[in-house]
This record gives sequence, C-alpha cells and structure tokens, in this order.
Amino acid sequence: MTASATGSPGTSGPGTGGTNTSMLATAPAVPWENVLREVAAGRRFAGLMATQRPDGVLLTAHLADAAGIATAETVLQPGTGGYPALTPRLSAAFWYERQIHDLFGIIPEGHPRLAPLVLPRGAADPPPRPGAPGGPEIIVPDEHLLPRHVMGPGLFTIPHGPVRSGVLESIEYLVETPGEDIPHLNMRVHYKHRGIEKRFEGMSASDGVLLAERTEGVASVAHALAYCHAVERIAGVEVPRPAGLFRVLYAELERVANHLDTAARLCDAAGLAVATARFGLHKERVARLVSRMCGSRFGRGVVVPGGVSAAPGVPGADFLAEIATLERAITGDAGTLMGTASFLDRLRGTGPLSSRRAREHGALGPVGKASGFSDDARRARPYDAYPGLGLGAQHEQSGGDALARLRLRWDELRQSFHLLRQATGQLTEVGDELSGAGGGPLRAGCGVTGGRAVGWAEAPQGEVLYDVAFTGGRITRCHPRSAAFHNLVLFHEVFAGDILTDFPFIEASFGLSVAGVAL
Amino acid sequence: MLRGLRHGVVTTRWPARPDPYASGWRGPAALREPAGHGPDDLAALCPTQAISTTTDGMLQLDQGRCILCGHCVTQRPDVFEWSTGPAAAALTREGLVVPEIPDTDGNLAAIREGLRARTAALRRSVHLRHVDAGSDGAVEQEIQALLNPVYDVHRLGIFFTASPRHADVLLVTGAGARGMLAPLRRTYDGMPDPKIVVAVGTDAVSGGLVSPSYATAGGVAETVPVDVWLPGCPPSPFGILHALLLALGRLPAGRPRNPEKGQ
Repeated sequence: MTASATGSPGTSGPGTGGTNTSMLATAPAVPWENVLREVAAGRRFAGLMATQRPDGVLLTAHLADAAGIATAETVLQPGTGGYPALTPRLSAAFWYERQIHDLFGIIPEGHPRLAPLVLPRGAADPPPRPGAPGGPEIIVPDEHLLPRHVMGPGLFTIPHGPVRSGVLESIEYLVETPGEDIPHLNMRVHYKHRGIEKRFEGMSASDGVLLAERTEGVASVAHALAYCHAVERIAGVEVPRPAGLFRVLYAELERVANHLDTAARLCDAAGLAVATARFGLHKERVARLVSRMCGSRFGRGVVVPGGVSAAPGVPGADFLAEIATLERAITGDAGTLMGTASFLDRLRGTGPLSSRRAREHGALGPVGKASGFSDDARRARPYDAYPGLGLGAQHEQSGGDALARLRLRWDELRQSFHLLRQATGQLTEVGDELSGAGGGPLRAGCGVTGGRAVGWAEAPQGEVLYDVAFTGGRITRCHPRSAAFHNLVLFHEVFAGDILTDFPFIEASFGLSVAGVAL
Repeated sequence: MLRGLRHGVVTTRWPARPDPYASGWRGPAALREPAGHGPDDLAALCPTQAISTTTDGMLQLDQGRCILCGHCVTQRPDVFEWSTGPAAAALTREGLVVPEIPDTDGNLAAIREGLRARTAALRRSVHLRHVDAGSDGAVEQEIQALLNPVYDVHRLGIFFTASPRHADVLLVTGAGARGMLAPLRRTYDGMPDPKIVVAVGTDAVSGGLVSPSYATAGGVAETVPVDVWLPGCPPSPFGILHALLLALGRLPAGRPRNPEKGQ
C-alpha cells in the first residue's frame, strides 16, 4: 500500500564475470545517492537489511516519511564479496552494515570499524545468509575474534557483563576509564544472538506472529502488530474496527508497563526503596489487568493476522475503573518522585544526547523525543484504530538528558491513559463491550500466498519495523528491526562528562531490551 | 513512607494461604480426561511439537515444549484444556509429560529425597543468581517481579545476589544461546556446593519456539545440570516462586503437582 520501491536496481558489474572465488570483486556501483538524496530531502533512514536470493544479495534500505516506509534496493551479483560502505556517508548505518557483514559475509568496504556485532563467526563457519534455503546447523561464536584494545595513559577496561549484577539481560559493556570518567565505552551484544531471522523462514503466517511476540518479549504486542501489519498489507485486508481498538488497548497497556519498569529501575539505581516498590506495584497491577484480559501478562496470543483472537474478558466499566485507579496512583507517585531533589540531581545533565545527533541518527521513541526529535509512528504513519483517536499535543523535551527522558515517559503515560479511555469509549459506541458482548467480527480472513511488505508499529521503545516476504504461504524472509537495535548504538555517545556511578541511570533511562538487539 | 502505609498490606501470603491470582493462573496446555487415543493430525496443531502419539496410540503432551499459544485449546477444546494454578514445575524433564509416564514414582521419591538432603542446610537464607542464556527479555521481568511488594520473596528468606560465590540457586532463562553457554557454565562452576539449578521458562527447558536454530542449544540442560524444570512463556511470578519452593522442599506437604487435575 504505502511501501514502494524508490531505488533503481544495481547495475550489473563487469567484475562478476571472473570466477576467482578467493578475490571477490566489489560491486562497482551501489546507488547510495538515492538513499542520501532521500535522507537529505527529509526522509528518515530507518534501517538497512540484506536478503540472500538466487540472483545475488538484495540490499534494502528503509526510508520513513509520512506516506509510509519506502525502500531503496540494489542487487549485488553472485560472487560479489563487497560493496562501498554507506556508513562513511550516513553514520546511522554503522551497526546495520556490521550486522549484514556477520550474517552474509559481505564486506562493506570503507566501514570505519568492521568488528563482529551480532555473530562473531570464525572463517570456517559459513554465514547463515537469511533468505537462502537451508543454512548452517550450528555456529559457535568465537569471542577471540573481537578486538580488545584500550588506548591512552592510565586507561583500563571494566567489563560489565555478560552476566550482569542483578536480574538483567546478557550484554557486555566494556567501560574504558582512567578511574572515574568514561571517555569511551564498547558494547558486545552478540552473547544472546538466537538466529531469529533464519528461524522465521518456512513458518506459516499464523506461526510467524508467535515468533514475532518472542523476538523482544517486553514489546510482544508491538512486534506482533508490526508483523501482522506487513502480512495484512500483503493480503490487502482491513482489520475490523473493534479489533483495531482492542489492539490499541493492548499496545498502550504495554507502553504503560514498560515506562513504569523504566521508572522503577531509575529509582532502584538511586536507592529509593519506597519509590521502587511503588512503581513495581503499579506495574504488577498493569500485568494483572492484561492477564485478566487475555491470560498472558504480556498480551501474547491476542494479535493475529487479520485482527485479534478474542475480545478481552473484562467488562468496560471494570476496565475504566481499574485504569482510573492506576492513573491516579501513578500520577501521585510520579509527582512525589519529581519533587525529590536528590533524585533529580542524579538525572539532570546525565547521559546527554544532543538534538543534532538525535535528528542525524533518527533516534526512535523516548530517546529521540527527549532530544527534540519525534517521529512517532502512531502519529506520522497511523495504523489500526489510531487515525480515529486523538493523540493530543506532540510530546517533546529538549534537554536530551536522563531527566528529559523520564519526563517524556510521564507525558507518554498520560497520553496512553487518554488513548485507553478514548478507545474504550468508542468500543462502547459501536456496541462492542470489552467483554465481546457486541459480537461483531474480530478477525478478517487473511490468507497469504506470496508477496512482500513492510509493517510498523510504535513500541514503548520506539518504532518496530518488519520486512516480511512469503512464497507459497510460507515465510521466505522476515527481518525484524527493533527500536533497541537502532537506538542502542547511541550509547557510545552519551557518556560525555559522566562518571562510573552514572552508568545505571543512563542504561535505565534508555529503557531498551537486549533481546531486540542481538535477535 | 506514609504513601505506602495508606494502602495497607498488598503482599500475598501464598503459599501459607491460598491466593486467587495464583490458583486462577492459566498454565501450560493439558489433556482433558480421559486422555484418549489421539488421531495423528492433532500433532500438527502445535508449533513446537509438544503433541505426539505414543507407540501404543496414546495421546501425549509435553508441557516442557508448550509456549501457551493456545492453538490446541482453541481448535480442539474437546481434547485439550488449560491447566490452572502455579504448580507447573517438575523435578524431572519426563515429569512435564502428560499423561504422566508411569513407573517414575520410586525414581521421583529418590530425586526429591536427594534434593532435600542438598538443600537442608540452606533453611531460611537462600541466595539466587540469575543468568540469561538467550531469553526474549520478558522472563527477566517476571523474576524481577518477585522483589515487588506483592510477592516480596524476602519474607520467605529468599534473596538475590550478584556474586555466584554467594549463590545457592541458579535461575537460568533463555533457549541456550551459544554465546552464553560458556559464561553460564563459568557462573555455575563459580557457585559453591550444594547448588540447585532451575530452568525458568519453556525456552530454558526445551528451546521453545526459537529452537531449532544455529544459534541456540535447544535449552540449557546440556550445559548445566537442571534440578527443577519450569515451563511457561514466560512463567508467572507465582510459578517461579512455586518452582523455588519445590526445589527447597518448602511447599506445604503432600501437595501434588496439579492438584486441580489430580495428576
């Protein structure tokens, strides 16, 4: 519908005629000018992916604007071992090209730091090459392939992870420090790489949504939505209006739960026991409300291609009463917290991201918005029932520090409650009580045989993107791009002037999940 | 402080007293009784191959593979239903298969006795260490929830520790991502004896939906010796608490695994 190919196919190169496999030729021309021109014209660079095809490797750049997500594509002929890197001309491609290098073994030439990112793979291991049938049985990552160098007088490295202190996901932050400051930080995200992209291949449309929910568990609903939007776009179906409203309910409750989790982690970092307990309690109430609606505390099993699987088993009046109680309690506690000077001192000026960098990078979700850059998919490229709901004023903060990110989350929480009330009201109007008493169809027939489309949704962490292709009713390629993958790379840049004890605040203020990075 | 006091006690008294949220929890899929002879096409209902037919034609369901998608319960409610309650964990991998495989009772008693001997010294001061071996991130939040005021595991003498040297129990989540197998093993080796390992979640038990994959080992059992197997995708905080108390032999006496079903 809105996804359109704006790029021209790559020119076939003379270098591909040779059969010398040890010295693979660089693709002579990749039309990056298309991508750069679009970005200069105001489109946001939303990602870069590759797909193994019989006719070579297809490189796809995703570009977002108000009309949707457009793609610019080029094919690298078989036997091409590399191509001129995009990163030197567009820094946001930094991690994307490293990911492609890990998964396909193709070298982006001129990339400033081509160390392994998601899969440190020895020379003996063939790349998994998503999109190609079959694939390697086992790849054991080899840590020795990772660079480990520190430069500068008196510098040493403090590794945080991969087994963290506390109940956290596995990631390793290598903090390079002369003692207190953090002049540089490296990240190793590969530890929990699960090979998700290959796992999608061969699945039916209805099984695919289950894996999408488990790609990034804390944003299960948003991933399921982005995946289903792609499938529905291929099938050309519209989701019934009540189903669209139910989707909004689950998506906004997911946002509330995640923002409360972030608030609790920030309080925990500051040692505020009562505040941590209070936000933990509120989050538990949200989880219980969601489980009462669908049986899962993370809203799993609700979103299916074509609509939702069932109506929430909660009467509308009960639901409204519960969210009113929640909002009152959260507003009160947030007010008290934001009046605690010793807490605010820890956040003010901590982990600053300049608005120039946020815009350049196209920073997603709360991280971008807190630095004055907002491209909320619910507003810019609305889906499901969002076009008929009032989102209210656009929330932005300009500080760019951990405090601005927390303030922005409070703004978003208010907005989420506003949306929850509106959606419940509209459900009552169309005769569909939340408990499904109205009995309208909740699911449009959504048969998919072949085709490809891009779907998106605004997760609590920012925009989630799915590029999905089917042949014969089975997935042949599925590329999820979480907000965490796009945003976490900015972590390199936000330690200016900060010290070791600021680290937990900065990490919590980003509010990202590692599962969505390593995939 | 006053803000907290105003709302009274929010903490559950489970397991000493029943808790409606715990007993009403929807656990892994189960078979309706009597578990009849199943036609082969039932196996196709499950995306993780949890449903199978034994050589003598009996229908079998491996709850250790169940990701709670509900496909079987929705499409064949005459054969499948949801289990209820927090008691999803078992002390053996085979113990997650329903109907229960006979002839394991003597074995199970020996396992329970061995576990009791190992955990007797821990009494009311148990320290947990968690390692993520390739989870989707949701199960960490459910483990973290044990510290919120509703579950408050400190009341049961259960604490989290950062150092494996201080840990008695290892909670492992995730499908066994190959990059995490060595750090997981190092953490286990770093723990003093006696030590208990709990595989938390269907991914840790069997690899879940993300396996088979070139990047996962299909569960964590090949890397560390699992004592308690807890399915769930993710399991609820009550389920995790039940698994811990099962490991420590601290559940009220005589409580069968699925009391509602009499299994």
